[in-house]
Amino acid sequence: MTPQEIKKCEKLLEKYYSEEGSTISILQDVQNEFGYIREDVVKWFSEKLNIPASVFYGIATFYAQFYLKPRGKNIITACCGTACHVKGSGTIIERLRNDLKIPEGEDTSRDGKFTLERVACVGACSIAPVFIVNNKVYGKMTTDRIKEMIKSIEKA
Amino acid sequence: MGIKAETVGSDLHELTIRVCMGTGGLAAGSQEVIDEFHRQLGAKKIKVSIIKKCVNKTGCRGFCAKDVLVDVIRNGKTETYQLITPDKVERIVEEHIIKGQPVKEWLVGPEYYTFHEKQTKVLLKQCGQIDPEDINAYLEIGGYEGAKKALSLDPFEVIEEIKSSGLRGRGGAGFLTGLKWEFCYRAKSDQKYIICNADEGDPGAFMDRSIIEGNPHSVIEGMIIGGYAIGATQGYVYIRAEYPLAIKRLKIALEQARAKGFLGKNILRSGFDFDIRIKEGAGAFVCGEETALIASIEGERGQPRAKPPFPVVKGLWGKPTVINNVETLANVPLIITKGASWFASIGTKKSRGTKVFALTGKIKNTGLIEVPMGITLREIIYDIGGGMEKPNRKLKAVQTGGPSGGCIPASLIDMPVDYESLIRVGSMMGSGGMVVMDDSTCMVEMAKFFLSFTQKESCGKCVPCRIGTKRMLEILTRITEGKGRESDIDLLIELGTDIKLSSLCGLGQSAPNPVLSTINYFREEYESHIKEGICPARVCKALRQYVVSPELCKMCGKCFKVCPSGAIAWEKKKKAEIDKNKCIKCGACYDACPFDAIL
Repeated sequence: MTPQEIKKCEKLLEKYYSEEGSTISILQDVQNEFGYIREDVVKWFSEKLNIPASVFYGIATFYAQFYLKPRGKNIITACCGTACHVKGSGTIIERLRNDLKIPEGEDTSRDGKFTLERVACVGACSIAPVFIVNNKVYGKMTTDRIKEMIKSIEKA
Repeated sequence: MGIKAETVGSDLHELTIRVCMGTGGLAAGSQEVIDEFHRQLGAKKIKVSIIKKCVNKTGCRGFCAKDVLVDVIRNGKTETYQLITPDKVERIVEEHIIKGQPVKEWLVGPEYYTFHEKQTKVLLKQCGQIDPEDINAYLEIGGYEGAKKALSLDPFEVIEEIKSSGLRGRGGAGFLTGLKWEFCYRAKSDQKYIICNADEGDPGAFMDRSIIEGNPHSVIEGMIIGGYAIGATQGYVYIRAEYPLAIKRLKIALEQARAKGFLGKNILRSGFDFDIRIKEGAGAFVCGEETALIASIEGERGQPRAKPPFPVVKGLWGKPTVINNVETLANVPLIITKGASWFASIGTKKSRGTKVFALTGKIKNTGLIEVPMGITLREIIYDIGGGMEKPNRKLKAVQTGGPSGGCIPASLIDMPVDYESLIRVGSMMGSGGMVVMDDSTCMVEMAKFFLSFTQKESCGKCVPCRIGTKRMLEILTRITEGKGRESDIDLLIELGTDIKLSSLCGLGQSAPNPVLSTINYFREEYESHIKEGICPARVCKALRQYVVSPELCKMCGKCFKVCPSGAIAWEKKKKAEIDKNKCIKCGACYDACPFDAIL
């Protein structure tokens, strides 16, 4: 870890030192700061707080929100809720994985440009199927529309 | 809000514009619409200070299918526009706001009014009317009056009032709220907690999100009243991290409530201390279960614990804890202000009040609806929902209760919607997702979808749920792939029944419901998958044949254009043909065909 990174972590530590049950909040902040759950950062917190790293990892692997690998530059989140499923989100996801050349069993394209992840439900069922591209919600998605969006992201 | 606008040559003297800013509205571009109103009104010399106030953000008003919805209230007269985009704003400003002539062709149609007519809006009344980021808007409509009244009563009087209203938990099981409070009230402890469960994990449900986005103070007020009644000084809102807008609005609301003295030490000089903290969930469906939610707030893996002891006796940090759902809590201030008998007058004898449903799927008017308990499914689907999305499709089933619920067949459409009736037909109220399916939905595939969700979300603590759901999913998968065995249906029933009986928590106890209810009502569909290798709804890809029906083909050539492997032969004015040797069964032609001619 670089000195700046340690400084960042010390700041987080101050926030949580006295609070009970803050392991999840720490992991959430670590992910916000570093993009994913980095092993060296977890070990650093583990030592400072005297909580075994296995406890952190037990939590990080339990909850869907945490990533143990770095993610792509652009994040596409596909909603897999019931309404989106009924309205055909599955087909769009399949095509997208093909187009972005995401390897089997992975979420991120080889060039690291795109991560395609699934989420249970974003609660915008009335405009299904829903995709979130770089934090902006798009409803009534089609294969053609998302292809266009990817093209324009790649150009930019 | 009376605001004078200074425009030359116009009779405009009062103007309010309301723009729907729920997640649905934002996705449809409501921020861009608001920006454009600001720009246009500024350019037309309507004072900037006025614009800032008169363009109001509101929460969801339910009719998300027609977003962006815009109310223009000009000199006291309200007109509502639908499907508004930024490029339409200039004409509205020019013709309606300045000249007083509404743009007729963009106004909402009759379905907007029928959509609202059959509803009984109690909780959603204010969502879509008030600015959720301004506590004064809530105070103007009588907000925090319930808290004031409750704090002047004895805590047990508050509990009695909630008990006699008959309010039942809106999160799923439907336990009597007043009784839950009484149990916690009677538990002796130096510290108690009240938790608002906003971990709305059911795929296909978004009412809790909309209530917090549209009227966050109603939930806060409900928590203050609940905290006072049971003797808790600390509250938590456990909310999904997937709901960033709801979290943001809740944070603003908490700050404003603190500033006005509704939270903190000695609330309204009553001697009662109470404050609320937000805990963001990290994405685990099982955390909707009370004991798993508690474990998650404590910073652990969200795994449920055996009950008893129940949380009302031993909950968060081992202290007595009440956990109520968002919608339940939002009802509380209204019951206190308007009285238990008012609440009990709505709904049926055993299910009182209203229920908010997220109406989605293959239906014309999708959105958020609030109806009195006991309304029939038919009224919801045809009167409010406007019927099927595609007129040539028939209603097949309605799914309620999310992955824990079941599918209700079209033949039962005249049944009343209340807690007991839903259980009787093998489904449940759940948190209120209602997904409508037409005859293009495959029930086996649907059951597989729900089960793969619960299987993935199973926390792994108890064997029946962890391994049982996995085995069930494997069986369902092989049925949808055309490899089902004749004994599979009975095996699914046996497994499902056992898992329900022996699982530790609500997740496992209800996970088999979608499978059992679809077998019960749509057994023949399972049988045709297994015995004939046919998916009647033509959804299961492995069972599709990918041949062109010569009777249905209209020779348009759309399939030819999308085929990635060159397997389709087609020329103008000739019917398409698929070469089975080249076909990779990707399904592109099937999706592209407008006439359903590919079998």
